[in-house]
Amino acid sequence: MKPNDVILRSVTRVAAVIILTFSIYLFMSGHHHPGGGFIGGLSTASAIVLLYLSFGIEKVRENIRLDFKKLAAIGVLVAVGTGLAGIVFGQPFLTQTFGHVDLPIFGDTELASALIFDTGVALAVIGTAVNIILSISEDR
Amino acid sequence: MSGSGEMVGAILILLGAVFSLISAIGNIRLPDVYTRSHAASKSSTLGVLCALVGTLLYFLIAEGYFSIRLILGIFFVFLTAPVAAHVICRAAYRHCVPLAEGTVEDELREYYKPAEDFEGEDQVEAQGNEMETPTQEPLQVNHMS
Repeated sequence: MKPNDVILRSVTRVAAVIILTFSIYLFMSGHHHPGGGFIGGLSTASAIVLLYLSFGIEKVRENIRLDFKKLAAIGVLVAVGTGLAGIVFGQPFLTQTFGHVDLPIFGDTELASALIFDTGVALAVIGTAVNIILSISEDR
Repeated sequence: MSGSGEMVGAILILLGAVFSLISAIGNIRLPDVYTRSHAASKSSTLGVLCALVGTLLYFLIAEGYFSIRLILGIFFVFLTAPVAAHVICRAAYRHCVPLAEGTVEDELREYYKPAEDFEGEDQVEAQGNEMETPTQEPLQVNHMS
């Protein structure tokens, strides 16, 4: 009667990689296509929740050493910080700019400062969602 | 050229819809959880795959757009739907959901319930967990307390 989770675990290993890749794709494509920080963060959180479901909370906590409360706080700080950066340069709060940068692999890439704001949103969403799931699932 | 793309897409999507319909009929008609899950997992997976492949081929032929996301979706559905059916069926079996009446052989019974009493399932489970090498469930309990 040993609990035998071989199929679930080995599929989770592949599926988590696919979900994380797709969430990064959603996050990066948010400027020109459907996607963005919120849905990217939510799909990352779903991958983490899938890992929690199939491997157990303690084992994942040993391997992902992140405090998700702090992650949410850092996300909000990053988002507010990009807003304050507009004030520093004499513009209104939350002013966004963009510029074309020549990156080594991608070539001419349009980088917008909205991406940093989106990073903050994504981190806040990941932290909040995983934190809600964890605090519901634990018995004290 | 766009006519052939629409043709291929339409045939594949129709095929997928028919497979999904067969899956739904099987879900209603079949007697117990395991046969229903057999119908629901296999043919609806194939139905979704046909619909996605039809969409992929339509956009590839008619508009020349190769969608990586559809490939990823096909792979993902193909990977996860049978595992979902497996997990659901296993949960049903471990909670003693009865098999269909015409069942002639139940090979898993000896593995799960050697004592042949359904009420003592929890005791059997607890003994089994203690006898085996400690897996993650006892570890979790120790860690939390």
